[in-house]
Amino acid sequence: MGRGVFPEDLCVFAPLRFKPLFLKTTERTAMVEALKNDPAMTPELIAEHGITPAEYDKILQILGREPTFTELGIFSVMWSEHCSYKNSKKYLKKLPTRGPRVLQGPGENAGIVDIGEGLAVAFKIESHNHPSYVEPYQGAATGIGGILRDIFTMGARPIALVDPLRFGDPRSPKNRHIIGGVVKGIADYGNCVGVPTVGGETHFSRAYNGNPLINVMCIGLMKHSEITRACASRTGDLVFYFGNSTGRDGVHGATFASQEMSEQTQAKRSAVQVGDPFMGKKILEATLDLIQAGAVEGMQDMGAAGLTCCSCEMAGKGDAGVVIDLDKVPQRAADLHPYEMMLSESQERMLAVCRPEKLDEVKRLLAHWDLEAHVLGQVTDDGMMRVRFAGKEVAAIPAELISTESPEYDREYVRSSYLDSIEMFDEETHPAPKDLKKTLLDLLATPELGDKRWIYEQYDHMVQLNTVLIPGESSGVLRIKDTDLHIAIASDCNGLMCWLDPRMGARMAVAESARNLACSGARPLAITNCLNFGNPMKPEIFYQFKEAVEGMGEACAALDTPVTGGNVSFYNENQGEAVWPTPVIGMIGLVERPEHIATVGFKDEGDVVLLVGGPAQHLGGSQLYALLQDKWLGPCPTLDLEFEKRLIEFVLDAIRAGLVKSAQDISEGGLAVALAECCLKSPNGLGAEIDLAMEMKTDAAGTEGSRKRRESAARLDIELFSEAPSRVVLTLAPDRVSELEALAAKAGIPIRRIGRIRPVSKRALSIASVGEIEVSDLRRAFQSGRP
Amino acid sequence: MKAGVVVFPGSNCDQDCFHVLRNVAKVETEYLWHRDATIPSDVGLVCLPGGFTYGDYLRVGAMAHVSPIVRAVKEFAARGGFVIGVCNGFQILTESGLLPGALMHNDCLKFLCKTVPLKVERHAAPWTDFEGEVLRVPIAHGQGNYYIDPDGLERLQDNGQILFRYSDPDGDVSKETNPNGSVDNIAGITNEKGNVLGMMPHPERCSESELGNTDGLRIWESVLGHCR
Repeated sequence: MGRGVFPEDLCVFAPLRFKPLFLKTTERTAMVEALKNDPAMTPELIAEHGITPAEYDKILQILGREPTFTELGIFSVMWSEHCSYKNSKKYLKKLPTRGPRVLQGPGENAGIVDIGEGLAVAFKIESHNHPSYVEPYQGAATGIGGILRDIFTMGARPIALVDPLRFGDPRSPKNRHIIGGVVKGIADYGNCVGVPTVGGETHFSRAYNGNPLINVMCIGLMKHSEITRACASRTGDLVFYFGNSTGRDGVHGATFASQEMSEQTQAKRSAVQVGDPFMGKKILEATLDLIQAGAVEGMQDMGAAGLTCCSCEMAGKGDAGVVIDLDKVPQRAADLHPYEMMLSESQERMLAVCRPEKLDEVKRLLAHWDLEAHVLGQVTDDGMMRVRFAGKEVAAIPAELISTESPEYDREYVRSSYLDSIEMFDEETHPAPKDLKKTLLDLLATPELGDKRWIYEQYDHMVQLNTVLIPGESSGVLRIKDTDLHIAIASDCNGLMCWLDPRMGARMAVAESARNLACSGARPLAITNCLNFGNPMKPEIFYQFKEAVEGMGEACAALDTPVTGGNVSFYNENQGEAVWPTPVIGMIGLVERPEHIATVGFKDEGDVVLLVGGPAQHLGGSQLYALLQDKWLGPCPTLDLEFEKRLIEFVLDAIRAGLVKSAQDISEGGLAVALAECCLKSPNGLGAEIDLAMEMKTDAAGTEGSRKRRESAARLDIELFSEAPSRVVLTLAPDRVSELEALAAKAGIPIRRIGRIRPVSKRALSIASVGEIEVSDLRRAFQSGRP
Repeated sequence: MKAGVVVFPGSNCDQDCFHVLRNVAKVETEYLWHRDATIPSDVGLVCLPGGFTYGDYLRVGAMAHVSPIVRAVKEFAARGGFVIGVCNGFQILTESGLLPGALMHNDCLKFLCKTVPLKVERHAAPWTDFEGEVLRVPIAHGQGNYYIDPDGLERLQDNGQILFRYSDPDGDVSKETNPNGSVDNIAGITNEKGNVLGMMPHPERCSESELGNTDGLRIWESVLGHCR
């Protein structure tokens, strides 16, 4: 099932497509001569590398001399935001990262949590925003390739992918092109490698015009004994390279990711890499073979900043140093300069360390997959990262100092001025829509809230035979073969809420992920995050970042979901306009028994529909205004983290007690859209009869008793379309309602009986004072949302 | 009797087929490597699993068909051994001439992954020796659009070689129920002798109740019943 892309083509064209930095000669000696002509260290050259004068002074201090051109390149990538987190570190340090289940927190290729029975899950999220804007197909594909490598490098077999995507207005031709390319790029890479894409989110807003957010998350499964870390260990250990050869593609990818998009950056095509999923699959299998055979001591993938980052990280711990000889690097372009080799981001390349006596075994295991081990050098004990080329030393840097001395900034922040001019929801000035039925259908028919089947059907979501809940449910759920355990994965973030109130919005993103997991029956374990923001040099943007990270930390602490790692993506701006602050949460949960898995769809006629949780609040931040009137209306609803924690525990207790037949989180589009989805995902297409104005009492037998009008009922459009957090819809058999009520009373969770599921003969959703909509009409609207 | 699952670099349903054959259908199963030149004599069923053999950067199945194992599979089939090719395996079977026709890009030009109803056109040994008019089986392919010329189609029909067609849940076959543009809604065919089956849908993906669907297990059990 080819893609019409030939790797040979890519190899042949790569050097042509990507402008060579240096003179074209075939004479090796001429190349060495060229080294003598390396550009001099001018302030312009230093600035071009994104290095400030103060940072350059530090480099002079570390080296005790002027850097070589290659060394300047090494520092520029290692000290880019992407690799050093220089602007974000101060706040990231405050996030809660410990917990009884955390086996590996931030700092490695991926976080790892214990799931019991000697098994562990590695997971990580990454962004590929800028490459995907410039070249949507390859940008997204290599994003998948990179995140897969992060996971299998740790010794885990990738078992699932999740893709949180944010695109601009889908009516624009440019955005349409990006959407199509990104989805195909993800599909072609993930499908070929054979890792199912089991979930994600896709959002559309003009806030992402010119800077889509392409985040990719991968989850891997491993035994505790297979956990592999990056560091090199003993002096004399061999450093070897395997996988694709090195070309010019991606030179400066990491620094490219640390700049705003503009006309100039778009011209930097060479920063975009091309993917080869077949090689990705081969190095995946080979890496796992090497790790399972115990043949390697450390493993790193050459992702962002390529060979540089890899060897620095391998060496930069303790006294360990490393010496590598670039002449041994397999090359697919002529006359690569050491600078280019160190900075290349050619895909599907691995660097590993083994004991010298294991080299034969390594070679044998790699040969099985038609791969070759290229020994580049060895681990030393002088703490230096030394790079040789044509018999000369072109870089000699104290390895540990690159990371310990990396700059750390306390960026200036100031409360963003737009926050004072946001229009606030007010019942007086924002009267209810006249036709609420039409409003619901209109919302379902938007690309934002409509059916995402047109996307997820392009992804193989079933390969590996673990997918129990397919995309479209609250979370993706995978079985762990030979156990009763199931892993659940949710990813969430509401960019509009974060724009309205970055702190509250980030809290809501964590809470929504946790609630989604609970609605599938999974206990939330830990998160990874992808922090997508604008230019951190702008104090108003940095304010958003600081607020969001702090809000996220508060929520993670309250919900017992530590942060195990993640990614910071700054400079998400186009023509000076920043995207919505978008701290995407990827959360992992655990279901201990298969019977605890809950789904969204209505199950049986006569089941009682309950609204569980907090009040509807107001219509601030709602899609009702964002989608139908293009108004970003405040305020952001408030979230009580203590209440949220109790709600999640309550939902899990109710599911585990066998009371719950279906569970659905209320988020975008509010209660009305949540109910519509319960009908649309019902295996029998069942509808329900809902009355929000009535107080319905239940007698002991569970049949509906008295009804009386609620006294404190909110305005109906607020009840229906509010996106206040901490609310879920549960259904259960009538004779179990009293049990649930007792459980709710004990937990202090308000529950309200709002209706019941109708018979198969009456497949319609009817809401008192709104009207009746056939489920087939809901479906028609839902499916018309495809852009 | 054993089952053998062929592994090429780039196969990605090999472990799935192996799991279902060994742990669900409970037959002793071994992997066969693409460089192997022979099929062990105790193997009675060979499975060519789904995936992207050698990356499928060339025409799908074009590289696989010149591999040593496919030459061995041809000999094995000629001796009457049972061969099932699923998805990419079906593409390899048409490419290598073990089955007629060709598999082209889906007419929607997109990869499609979803569960579809399949009408069982013939209930007969060895593959479909069971009751049940319609199965629900997942597809996951970008190139499953089966093409054969009119004469070839007539031969397939006359010989009863068409086993599965894309249908609706009631077994009605129409243009609307055709997910990929296949001629005559063809989803799976056998060779003339009936010992080689190629199908785009994945029976291994619907062979366990934990995954909510066991329709595919009937195909495995049917053929294993005839192997033993």
